[in-house]
Amino acid sequence: MRVIVDFDLCESNAVCMQIAPDIFEVRDDDFLYILEENPREDHRSTLQEAVQRCPKQAISLED
Amino acid sequence: MLDTVTIVGASLAGFWAAETLRRDGFAGPIALIGEEPHAPYDRPPLSKKYLAGELDDDRLDLVPANQLDDLDLDLRLGCRATGLEVASRTLEVDGIAEPFDGLVLATGARCRTLPDTAGMDGVYTLRTRDDAAAIRDALAAGTRRLTVVGAGFIGAEVASTAIQRGVEVTMVEALDTPFGRALGTEMGAVVADVHRSHGVELRTGTGVDRVLGGDRVTGVRLTDGSTLDTDLLVVGIGVVPATDWMEGSGLILNDGVVCDATCLATDRVVAAGDVARWPNPRYEGLMRVEHWDNAVQQGVHAARRLLQTEQEATPFAPVPWFWSDQYDRKVQLAGRTHPDDDVQVAVGSTVEHRFAAFYGREGRFTAVLGMNRPRYVMQAKALLEQDASWDEAQALAADWN
Repeated sequence: MRVIVDFDLCESNAVCMQIAPDIFEVRDDDFLYILEENPREDHRSTLQEAVQRCPKQAISLED
Repeated sequence: MLDTVTIVGASLAGFWAAETLRRDGFAGPIALIGEEPHAPYDRPPLSKKYLAGELDDDRLDLVPANQLDDLDLDLRLGCRATGLEVASRTLEVDGIAEPFDGLVLATGARCRTLPDTAGMDGVYTLRTRDDAAAIRDALAAGTRRLTVVGAGFIGAEVASTAIQRGVEVTMVEALDTPFGRALGTEMGAVVADVHRSHGVELRTGTGVDRVLGGDRVTGVRLTDGSTLDTDLLVVGIGVVPATDWMEGSGLILNDGVVCDATCLATDRVVAAGDVARWPNPRYEGLMRVEHWDNAVQQGVHAARRLLQTEQEATPFAPVPWFWSDQYDRKVQLAGRTHPDDDVQVAVGSTVEHRFAAFYGREGRFTAVLGMNRPRYVMQAKALLEQDASWDEAQALAADWN
């Protein structure tokens, strides 16, 4: 599974960071960083929640 | 077990209810009924990029058309629910009765309007894509002076977009403090300062006495006796839940559809989004939330509730959260503020318009407000979800500094 963020859409609301702090981090520069681009399968339901609750719909998952 | 589900309202809560039913394995027919002619779309950009003319219609879609098709919904757009009777499980759509089995109520809310402005050109509320397109076109057609009635977040975003297009903007707020209702006096003043620094004229402590003009708005007379000339009037004075069509349904209607803590309004009927009022166990009393994130989460929760037994059902207990983009500032608020909360800047500086502030009362941590501090807001929100004390919030702030 691969995590993809459309950085043209991302506005750093940091919702994903709260839901999946192992995968996403918004740093002091207000930019989002992906900490783990190929997370283990057991992250899937958490990541699906992040996809759903991203206010910019900027996150997608690719198998 | 339900055979079919009818969802009334094809916006955020209704869409996510449908998506959740399918995701959780519900294989029966799902009808998604929407009053607007458009497939489910996202509303936040309407007062931001869409209004600025920077976003095409298709970029508003909640999901691409093929993903919507995959959900195999009976999508009934341009159809309006006109009546409901829960005892006989009868829904009325465009005046025609039909039975329902499971029902999701997600009809959202309608904008409050000013009296005697119906049909007047140049007077708008902003809720739908069509509203936004009309305001966008009016701005593009050479509006010089915009008056925004109501210093709330929709009005603030419209003001922000318009002034960046060179329009003169005046905001009129009946309360003494703009944004005071949501943010309290002190932080309301900080947001007001952001607007003033970008050239918005703020008129506070005065209401609208009368909208002037015949077929077309020409000005506004305020309750302080002064008059503002204007070409365009955007009214952002709040919304009322769209429950008028449910009068006499047998449901309890009181500033929304009153539900139990699990979002159940009555047997086989759930409600979600702006229209739902429920006892969030995290807070006292009933709560109705008009935010994007709530519509997503409550749509999911309500759909699951429909598939669950009473024993399986869980309360819906979110910490409410919203964001608003104004100029180059991102305002985020998580939690529930009260007018007499203590407020403390936890990190950053209000003068620089980049900070996070904590709200607290009676030893509890109640809310966090951020301006261009998303990382901090979300850390504080996690603490709010643990029902943290004021002391625990202080410890987090100490970590940050």
